[in-house]
Amino acid sequence: MEHSNNNDPLVIGGVELQSRLFTGTGKYGSDTVIPDVCRASGSQVITVALRRVDMNAAAGNVMQHIPKHMQLLPNTSGARDAEEAVRIARLARAAGCGNWIKIEVISDNRYLLPDGYQTARATEILAKEGFVVLPYMNPDLYVARDLVNAGAAAVMPLGAPIGTNRGIRTREMIGILIEEFDVPIVVDAGIGKPSEACDAMEMGVDACLVNTAIATAGDPVIMAEAFGAAVRAGRQAFLAKAGPVLTGAASASSPLTGFLGE
Amino acid sequence: MSFAQVMEQYAGKDIAGMMDRVTVADVQRTLSRRTLSAEDYLVLLSPAAAGQLEAMAQRANQLTVQHFGRTIQLFTPMYISNFCTNQCVYCGFNTRNTIRRTKLDDAQIRREGEVIEATGLKQLLLLTGEAPKIASVEYIGHAAKLLRDLFPSIGVEVFALTQDEYEYLISCGVDSMTLFQETYNAALYPSLHPAGPKSDYRFRLDAPERACKAGMRVVNIGALLGLDVWRKDAFFTGLHAHYLQFAYPQTDIAISFPRMRPHAGEFQPESIVSDRELVQIMLAQRIFLPRCGITISTREAPSFRDNLIPLGVTRMSAGVTTAVGGHTSEEEEVGQFEISDPRSVDEMCAAIRARGYQPVFKDWEPLEDAAVAG
Repeated sequence: MEHSNNNDPLVIGGVELQSRLFTGTGKYGSDTVIPDVCRASGSQVITVALRRVDMNAAAGNVMQHIPKHMQLLPNTSGARDAEEAVRIARLARAAGCGNWIKIEVISDNRYLLPDGYQTARATEILAKEGFVVLPYMNPDLYVARDLVNAGAAAVMPLGAPIGTNRGIRTREMIGILIEEFDVPIVVDAGIGKPSEACDAMEMGVDACLVNTAIATAGDPVIMAEAFGAAVRAGRQAFLAKAGPVLTGAASASSPLTGFLGE
Repeated sequence: MSFAQVMEQYAGKDIAGMMDRVTVADVQRTLSRRTLSAEDYLVLLSPAAAGQLEAMAQRANQLTVQHFGRTIQLFTPMYISNFCTNQCVYCGFNTRNTIRRTKLDDAQIRREGEVIEATGLKQLLLLTGEAPKIASVEYIGHAAKLLRDLFPSIGVEVFALTQDEYEYLISCGVDSMTLFQETYNAALYPSLHPAGPKSDYRFRLDAPERACKAGMRVVNIGALLGLDVWRKDAFFTGLHAHYLQFAYPQTDIAISFPRMRPHAGEFQPESIVSDRELVQIMLAQRIFLPRCGITISTREAPSFRDNLIPLGVTRMSAGVTTAVGGHTSEEEEVGQFEISDPRSVDEMCAAIRARGYQPVFKDWEPLEDAAVAG
């Protein structure tokens, strides 16, 4: 597995991650491609919708295709309010999926935008129960504050609506979250191209979750590899502290105020 | 506001004439829009759009893969009663048809469920005719309770119910309802449904909305294509789904496109919907409503169903019998209609995989378990 060797781990819930790319299990034409996607991307965290998991199935179970070394991030896809999200989280833990949970509370099936209030309620309950809670959210300062106060281990703002591949349309708002919070910021949803993941990482987000852009690519494995490389490149660029961006006039080699002397 | 009021906005409008005036340029403009209005949807159903099917197919495929991935959910129907008090002229269960009437008892329901569950299917659709004194709402709810440990998702395709009755079924473990309006032509409807409770057009038209209000997770609607001019019924089906999506964003709205099939009885459809026309309807629907589920049943032939997979379908039936107890009965029972695709679940899975898609058996986790209620 390829990892960044810059001694720059991401730590969430006490788990040290070398890869800052999170992947998913939805939308593939076949789950058999999942191991290759994990390998090619170098990802160590993978999200799976509990509602699609059939723990009793002898075959055809998505869990059978997830490599053992991956950190499972079951999600509450399908939950319409905090109570449903909490129940799904408990079911996931009871089913042996561990104590990480990605809260998705969506009660508008047309836009699939997350409900901040319900998400915060679920986060509070589950964090108290010992879950490592990663809530999917609109990049809103106040919602993020509620989530962090409720015990979120990271926050996962959307770059654009789920599955749209429209890129980081919420750039300014994500920038505010980066400035304001110490918990990891994981951009979730909307990233459609590796260059957009790289851009998000250059901005200073801590990780990116990419599912649709990989799963619906013509070649998911090559796209997974490209995303892995892009996230590493973006992170390195962030750590390298890029030079200032000049706006307006160029930097003149003959300053206009040189005549003033010291 | 109800959907009937939405339909009133089109009263007196010459919808067929509006479609006839659409040009190819109108279609191409529509295909370039990010979101579509009702008028745009009308454009995609027009005769002019019939010549633009490939462009529509490309767009529909892109939207479907984006929103649903390369996945097809599988389900199967279980007919538990064919008693019926209606006289729908196109239906094999018509009370005047001399077919053997039967209703499954507890043991038969359970056995039928076990046989279906052994095929790997996890999504079940319970069906009855309309005979509330024989196959009551309580009987349907009891059947769901008998089966809920076998199937994470249980739907019903039964007669139109009140909101309270839908709430009761939800409490029994039902999470989806399917109800076809058959035709949205209120003037034509009475002649197709001359007697029985189903003759109440408005009660049926409002039933999907009552199911949404009751909290049903998935509501599936449709018209029986062929009863009226198909372009009009397809147009109002789409408007109905659109209305429900906006009014009840918590509910997943889905559409089916049943075409008239041979059945016990001699009714001949008003219009024959060709394969090309059915594809046009599906593509228009997908582009108009990108997140709407689309079901294709075994009314359609195997090769045609296989070719529809990349075009917008999200849900298909498999291992189907339309006869009561048809999964376990050794007798040759008469079904509601003749199916065209008799393939087993394994055969359907192979066909789906051959197209580069993944068959999905389970898509919901029941949350009633007290162990997780806290």
